[in-house]
Amino acid sequence: MSQGRRPFGRRKKSCPFSGPNAPVIDYKDTRLLQRYVSERGKIVPRRITAVSSKKQRELARAIKRSRFLSLMPYTVDQ
Amino acid sequence: MALYEHVFIARQDISSQQVEGLIDMMQAVLEENDGKITKIEYWGLKSLAYRVKKNRKGHYSLLNIDASHAAVAELERRISLNDDIIRSMTLRVDEHEADDSVQMRNKNRDERRGSRREDGGDRRRDDRPRDDRPRESKPSEGEAS
Repeated sequence: MSQGRRPFGRRKKSCPFSGPNAPVIDYKDTRLLQRYVSERGKIVPRRITAVSSKKQRELARAIKRSRFLSLMPYTVDQ
Repeated sequence: MALYEHVFIARQDISSQQVEGLIDMMQAVLEENDGKITKIEYWGLKSLAYRVKKNRKGHYSLLNIDASHAAVAELERRISLNDDIIRSMTLRVDEHEADDSVQMRNKNRDERRGSRREDGGDRRRDDRPRDDRPRESKPSEGEAS
């Protein structure tokens, strides 16, 4: 019986920060950080954004710094 | 000497000249302890993501500092005494960003776009929902055929 069509994408997603011309993670760059934060303002886990663990730690540090400087909200309430 | 990146937020009801005064004070403090500021950026009056000490907006500015630890510690002490500055963060960095930071680029771009907007806004300004084309109701197709 042939392999059933797997519902979820199984292809290996590559880390967006490890390519040759990867964007630099910077706590001032809210536009970039916004992409890795949920609508409620929480940091999106690695398994969804496929970021490497080293870059995820850098990302989390940058997000927490920009939250402290009130460039990004801690939480967004509906 | 060590390189630091220092961002501070001044409360909203002081003028941007007074913010420059604050920066001069910081420069003086650093010069006393033979440090120096290599770059100053003023990001303008931005709205904060959440209220900080009852302020909704704040004057943001960034300083690239090249100084010893003692100078920066003294700077931080002075800042904590000053009540115009509602929040500040000093980071030790390996090297300074030479050109404008992201915030500065956004600010310049907004200013440029702002000036273009006055002379006849190109984008739709009204806030009707996106699909505001009149709906073709069934009967009109009947006549067409």
